[in-house]
Amino acid sequence: MLTRLFALIKKELLATARDRQTRFIVLIAPPFLLLIYVFAITQDVSNVAIGVVNQDQGRFSRDILERVVGSTRFRTVTYYETVESLGEAIDAQDVLVGVYFQADFSRRALRRQPANVQLLLDGRRSNAAQIVSGYFYRIMASYNLALLDEYGIVAPTTIVSRTWFNANATPLWSATPALFAVLASIVGFMVSALSIARERELGTFEQLLVSPLTPLEILVGKTVPSLMIAVGSSVVMLIFSVFVLGVPIRGDLLALFGSMIVFLLSIIGIGLFISSLVRTQQQAVIGLFIYMIPAVLLSGYATPVANMPVGLQWLTQTNPITHFIVICKAIFLKDAVSSDIWAHTWPLILIAIVTLSCGTWLFNRRRG
Amino acid sequence: MASSARRSLSARRVAGLIRKEVRQVLRDPSNFVVALILPALLLFLFGYGVSFDPRHYDLGLVVEQPTPETGSFAASLNNSPFFDVEISRDRRVLEPKLVAGDLHAIIVLPANFAEEAYRRHSAPLQLIVDGSDPNTANLVEGYIELLWVNWLEQESISRGSAIASPPISIEHRVWFNAELASRNYLVPGSIAIILTLIGSLLTALVIAREWERGTMEALLATPINVAELLIGKLTPYFILGMGSTGLSALLAVIVFDVPLRGSFLVLFAVSAIYMLTSLGQGLLISTLTRNQLVAAQIAILSSFLPAFYFSNFVFELESMPTVLQWVSYAVPARYYVASLQTIFLAGDIPSVLIFNAAALSVIAAAFFIITLFRTRTRLD
Repeated sequence: MLTRLFALIKKELLATARDRQTRFIVLIAPPFLLLIYVFAITQDVSNVAIGVVNQDQGRFSRDILERVVGSTRFRTVTYYETVESLGEAIDAQDVLVGVYFQADFSRRALRRQPANVQLLLDGRRSNAAQIVSGYFYRIMASYNLALLDEYGIVAPTTIVSRTWFNANATPLWSATPALFAVLASIVGFMVSALSIARERELGTFEQLLVSPLTPLEILVGKTVPSLMIAVGSSVVMLIFSVFVLGVPIRGDLLALFGSMIVFLLSIIGIGLFISSLVRTQQQAVIGLFIYMIPAVLLSGYATPVANMPVGLQWLTQTNPITHFIVICKAIFLKDAVSSDIWAHTWPLILIAIVTLSCGTWLFNRRRG
Repeated sequence: MASSARRSLSARRVAGLIRKEVRQVLRDPSNFVVALILPALLLFLFGYGVSFDPRHYDLGLVVEQPTPETGSFAASLNNSPFFDVEISRDRRVLEPKLVAGDLHAIIVLPANFAEEAYRRHSAPLQLIVDGSDPNTANLVEGYIELLWVNWLEQESISRGSAIASPPISIEHRVWFNAELASRNYLVPGSIAIILTLIGSLLTALVIAREWERGTMEALLATPINVAELLIGKLTPYFILGMGSTGLSALLAVIVFDVPLRGSFLVLFAVSAIYMLTSLGQGLLISTLTRNQLVAAQIAILSSFLPAFYFSNFVFELESMPTVLQWVSYAVPARYYVASLQTIFLAGDIPSVLIFNAAALSVIAAAFFIITLFRTRTRLD
């Protein structure tokens, strides 16, 4: 039985290794995608173009603008004569944020009456607009503190702020583990979902069925090579992350590998399930999209899970990608203790058992 | 005679081919999955699931020595709608929770907080944030800094030494999306993803299959010419895409309360141009590869992923490296997403829409010309 199994595994691995296109998606494409998209998903908002209308000629608006211009967050500052022309610039998406000082701004501030800086934000890009208004709040907080000090009301104090795990708050560092988790799942899914579908479409699946291999052996013979290929691809990405992107791996490598294998098994289970369900490779690709898009979007990859409605937050607990992203961030950046990693590994084990059983069940039902 | 017949378009031949193609589309259930279920799923996800709007942050507060000052500071944190505060006397209790990801940040008020709070150039407050999500870290820092300045002012007012209002405040006005719901731009943007999937991926797969099976050669052997063939092949998918656009726009407005400030007519016009661009790309991919598996990969790499990442849909182009920003100019979805967000949230603004529609038309024309050229050279 073992000889037969080994033969099948060897055949699968050879088939993958010999095919130029498959080699490309498994080994070349993932690190390449990691390199490109890690820069794309860094959500740090900088280089923002802002527009200014300053009808006030006083000291206060000058002080504030000096601080704004001095900030590295803003790329270009364009001055406009009227609020209307600033409005047109926002409409045309030339600037993301408009800053408007009314004519009596400094006079009011000098008399210690409430003085308002008006911020005009483009809500078509509310995420960026909100982050930028956060920068403005920080600039104003420090300016107000300086003013209060000047008036002799409050002494300036500073907040000592320290960022753990990612000392320079490099977005690249936090984006890499998440992207690694997503790409690893795509490779695992592609390899397993297309394997049976391709054999079915080409008619070689019948040949496998009439061979002495039992259905279970065929299934194991499909799972093991898929796992080996996906692990190999992940290792290439890991090496790439550390040596090219310079991301640290502070935690236990063994724990990373252990959880990675369980994670990939759970993904392969889903891949085999879809592979048994469909008749053609085209349908398998569509199945890939139907599963991967919601799974990736609801994994906390692009937006925090905490922002989701409570019902969906529960649902994300059944999503293997959610757990693996948490594990990857914990091991890459935090050197987390093993109990924290285990808290996300046992759900992965449960998910893997469920998906592999479902895959086996459907494979047995549809093999005829 | 035969050559002149092949040069002009024949309505009968095109109609016959369209009829055949429509039947073929209707017979494969996976087309409906892509045209109906996928749009509904995406709209649901972007309407309800994915959100950039923060709800609250979990905050740990270490009070080493409780005093009236620490009490009032804790109260001002508790009053803020942004924070869920957990208080402890010992930082060793809270730090493991930051490591485990249960807390977003920890504020430490040291034993000498009351004396240090008003001393010149002192640092009475220590803030530790979880940098594994830099965006959240940055927002939390901003909120806490502002809260700190406000608290200092409040304290000085209560000690009777200050004016009643902060010197300068910010008045915030958001155009086009006053409630700042990320749903309002994610839902329109997802229409671009849907059309990309239908136009590029589905079309590339379907036509690559014809090449793979050799039925394309059979079609080309009939009196039909290349232009007629392209029209006949693409029309059903064009209709499918426009149907999806209509369905998505209706769902966006009725179910997800996204405002539609522009007109349906302009929405359909721009969508039609984008659909042509996308179909052109799918056609080109399938003509070049003639193999389903490769066509699927290239479609994903060259059209789906760029549409997702390089279109300002979810990820900000302005914060990407310059090289990637240059790349984004070649991504058709970039122009379509900008148009969609403008039509839905701002209205029919000609300066935005004409530029984007023109850019899309140029890209579409390029795709079709290359395809026409490649198809001819290979078969004549």
